[in-house]
Amino acid sequence: MELISQHTKKIMEECKERARDAGLQFADETLEYIVTNKDLLELSPKVMIPTLYDYWVHDVEVLKEQGKYKLSPHNPYETVINSRPAISFYNDNNPDWLNIMIFYHVLGHIDFFQNNELFRNTWNDDFVGVALADKRHIANLRTNHGRWVDYVIEFARSIDNLVGYFEKLHDYNNKPSLFPSKKLSYYFENFLQVIKKTPLSFYYNEIDRYNELLKQNKNVAESLFFSTVKEKYPEFQALYEKHGEDEDPKYDVLEYIMDNSPFLNKEKNQWMKAVISIVRNTSMYFQPQIRTKIINEGWASYWHDNLFCTDPRIKGHETSYAKINSGVTSLSRVGLNPYAIGLRLVQYVEDLANKGKMEREFQKLNNSELIENFDKKTGKGKETIFELRKNFSDFTLINTFVSQDFVDMHNLFVVGQRYDEQRDVIQYYIKSKKAEDYKQMLINTLYHPPRVFIDKERTDEKRLFIKHTFESKQLIQDFIPDVLLGIEFLWGGEVNLETTEIHVKKISNQEVFENYKVLYTAKDRKVMKQNV
Amino acid sequence: MQKKLEKILKEYKKKGIDSATESIIKNEIELLKVKKQKPILNFHNINNFYRISDLKVLQEVTPKNQDISLALKTLEDLIEQDKQREKDGFPRRIRIGKLMKPTKGGKAKVVIVPTTTEPKLYHDDSVTQEDEEGTGGAGEGEEGEVIGEQQADPEQGEGEGQGAGQGGGTEHDISSEAFDIGRVLTEKFDLPNLKVKGNKRSLTKYIYDLTDINRGFGQLLDKKATLRRIIETNIMLGNIQENSEFNPADLISTPQDHVYRIFSKEKDFESQAVVFFLRDYSGSMQGKPTEVITTQHLLIYSWLMYQFQNNVITRFILHDTDAKEVPDFYTYYKSNVAGGTKVAPAFQLVNKIVEEEKLAKDYNIYIFHGTDGDDWDSDGKELIDEIRKALVYTNRLGITVAKNSWAASSATTVEKSIENSGLLKEKPELIRIDGFGADNASEDRIIEGIRKLIS
Repeated sequence: MELISQHTKKIMEECKERARDAGLQFADETLEYIVTNKDLLELSPKVMIPTLYDYWVHDVEVLKEQGKYKLSPHNPYETVINSRPAISFYNDNNPDWLNIMIFYHVLGHIDFFQNNELFRNTWNDDFVGVALADKRHIANLRTNHGRWVDYVIEFARSIDNLVGYFEKLHDYNNKPSLFPSKKLSYYFENFLQVIKKTPLSFYYNEIDRYNELLKQNKNVAESLFFSTVKEKYPEFQALYEKHGEDEDPKYDVLEYIMDNSPFLNKEKNQWMKAVISIVRNTSMYFQPQIRTKIINEGWASYWHDNLFCTDPRIKGHETSYAKINSGVTSLSRVGLNPYAIGLRLVQYVEDLANKGKMEREFQKLNNSELIENFDKKTGKGKETIFELRKNFSDFTLINTFVSQDFVDMHNLFVVGQRYDEQRDVIQYYIKSKKAEDYKQMLINTLYHPPRVFIDKERTDEKRLFIKHTFESKQLIQDFIPDVLLGIEFLWGGEVNLETTEIHVKKISNQEVFENYKVLYTAKDRKVMKQNV
Repeated sequence: MQKKLEKILKEYKKKGIDSATESIIKNEIELLKVKKQKPILNFHNINNFYRISDLKVLQEVTPKNQDISLALKTLEDLIEQDKQREKDGFPRRIRIGKLMKPTKGGKAKVVIVPTTTEPKLYHDDSVTQEDEEGTGGAGEGEEGEVIGEQQADPEQGEGEGQGAGQGGGTEHDISSEAFDIGRVLTEKFDLPNLKVKGNKRSLTKYIYDLTDINRGFGQLLDKKATLRRIIETNIMLGNIQENSEFNPADLISTPQDHVYRIFSKEKDFESQAVVFFLRDYSGSMQGKPTEVITTQHLLIYSWLMYQFQNNVITRFILHDTDAKEVPDFYTYYKSNVAGGTKVAPAFQLVNKIVEEEKLAKDYNIYIFHGTDGDDWDSDGKELIDEIRKALVYTNRLGITVAKNSWAASSATTVEKSIENSGLLKEKPELIRIDGFGADNASEDRIIEGIRKLIS
């Protein structure tokens, strides 16, 4: 790969200055490379991370069963990757004016990567560097363990979409002083409500009692509080201690297997943990990206549009720009364009804030005319969208700001499909123009891996018990056995998966859905299924 | 079509048929009325906006996957690796996938590629209790308004181009990759190598023809080419000037200007095998059975291409109550017409072709027939007669019965007819039959089927 020319680099540096003046924040250093078709061949399977570890599946056409299932989306192929320094890729024949537009877009992304809270887990390392070290480590292991390295990669990858990303994110923001002690939360949450099932009045009295003690003396409040508890419930202390034993740190499936698998903990298998850890960290790195597609593209589009139009260097290319830009950010008649929706939402939020419509005063209004013409000219729009880029993800952006006002403003609607038997055509029709439907439709299309966790009560040395939380969708059944066989290998013993299946029955031409709980068991390289 | 079938039903009734056959025929007529299966409606592709990326949108650079012809280099390694997987106790990973790939000149071809999946625990969106899904849209229009239409049975795009439908438009072909796939099948799935019966013929033969061109002497004067050369010579000599008349009598010709065709020896490749692919394309075949049969026939074709070093002639025959020959694999693969089912005419047509073209003398002949097992000719007498005729010249006749869900547990009419005829015991080297339920036929089962038919 070749760096861009000095001439083009100079353009980029100037873009950086202007972007900074507008308020974007990013590290000084960036790397820009020219990509050829040959480079792309190597980069595409590795989701544009040049140093990602080698794996044979990258050499094979991976079956895309798009028609049948909505397979979990793959990590997006971006022009810019979230590394330190940030690396971006360019066609070698882009005209200067186009590069200016792309540079601004890229700087928007870099700003987003380096400031959005969801990316916190990527802030301390340069992923390209880490990946290179990992790649070398894996290559080394291959010389000693041969194909078994690839089996471990494969089996770890089969559950790498189940990593506990939000748990990890939670830890970053978990400031202990904000939360009551473990003992207190056990008393209020578990003991009183679950075990004793005390009446609400008593529950509130207890809270009052604690707060009162807290006011008197912060330091001894808790011990004073529990000395009274001890009199009323002598069994509390014992129960609390027992509960403490059960409570592990929050584990995702991969992490749990790494720490607890009797097989992996054998001396000779220790190297496998390193491989699993690499796979897990790689997945973790991509998690924020896939959860911020709309807002990230919206943010970058917002800035390339604002900065480009005010850049004197582009004089004479306004029409060419307008053509490309409208292609990128126009709302589709049918279909979803993350650039368009993201951009419109960012602009919408800016407008709301500028008019003071996010304030209590506005929200209290119920006169439609007043609502319509409300404009306090706060000038807080920019500030607010910078807050938005710091704290929001796709889900929170959509869930918070897709309102009827927004939907009407852009003539948005939900499109449905139906089959016209007579003419043998599929018709697309406007199904709803209601904001709640539009919002739900958007949310349904967002990345959402199944929730799968370890049932520690039913797990022991010999068997690992995994549970899938049913969210009205079953798991793709074809894949379950292969995944379980992989986990069985990593665990070194029996593996169970409890999940829910949907059966469709036709009763007098009506489709009736029935949910069954089933238990898969992988044992001795065989997988069985039974009803629970 | 419906009337035709009802007429046949009446005739059959007059002759007297058993109730099972009658219900099969009635079922087929019912299928005709329904005409088309409702297409699967979903927005999976439209809604997967994660595929839209900066590279594509801003720079028109599309992410690329390794071209399959490049990947073929490592195909051997992949197969080796897959075999090793099995020894290590893990399921195999490499599958044979079909793609419809556009090529230069707008043609599409069926390409078979080694593919794999990365199994993970994903949500299955195809079964859901939720309301039908939707996608986003923008612009003018009221609720309920239709804003677009699409043919229900569009050309299959990339992806697993499976299933049958009314094909049309551009020409399609199986690509030369069939040879490679044949090799993969032979090696990966340990399909047997072919035993050619009788003397092995030379792969090449020579014919003599007036094809070579020679100047000065030869057997046949090529007048047009000669005249052209004479003109050229005379332009050079200055006898012919631009924009002015000339007298042909003044033109000079040399012996070198005389172009002749000369008798010469030509190398011609001899085809070693003719393969007849027969497929029932009646209404009841719709869906899974068709998919299974076409997949299997595609694989058999590939295997034979490899076995005969590309020297295979293929003939494709479709039948419902009548049989017809179609020109290429694509038509064979895609055609789907609702109609009744009579198996005998298909074999009748094969016999006719073989006899008329005298194929039996020069070729190894293979016949593969795919059906869901229905045959309105319930006693199968006609069918057995035709098959007996075919068995005289064929090297192997393989019948695959991909049963519909409603018939999966019992023996079908075709199976019964073949079984009762005693042919399987009489000539086990020549005829094989393999029946299985189409609904849950995996690729492995399909290949297992091939092994049964050809080993």
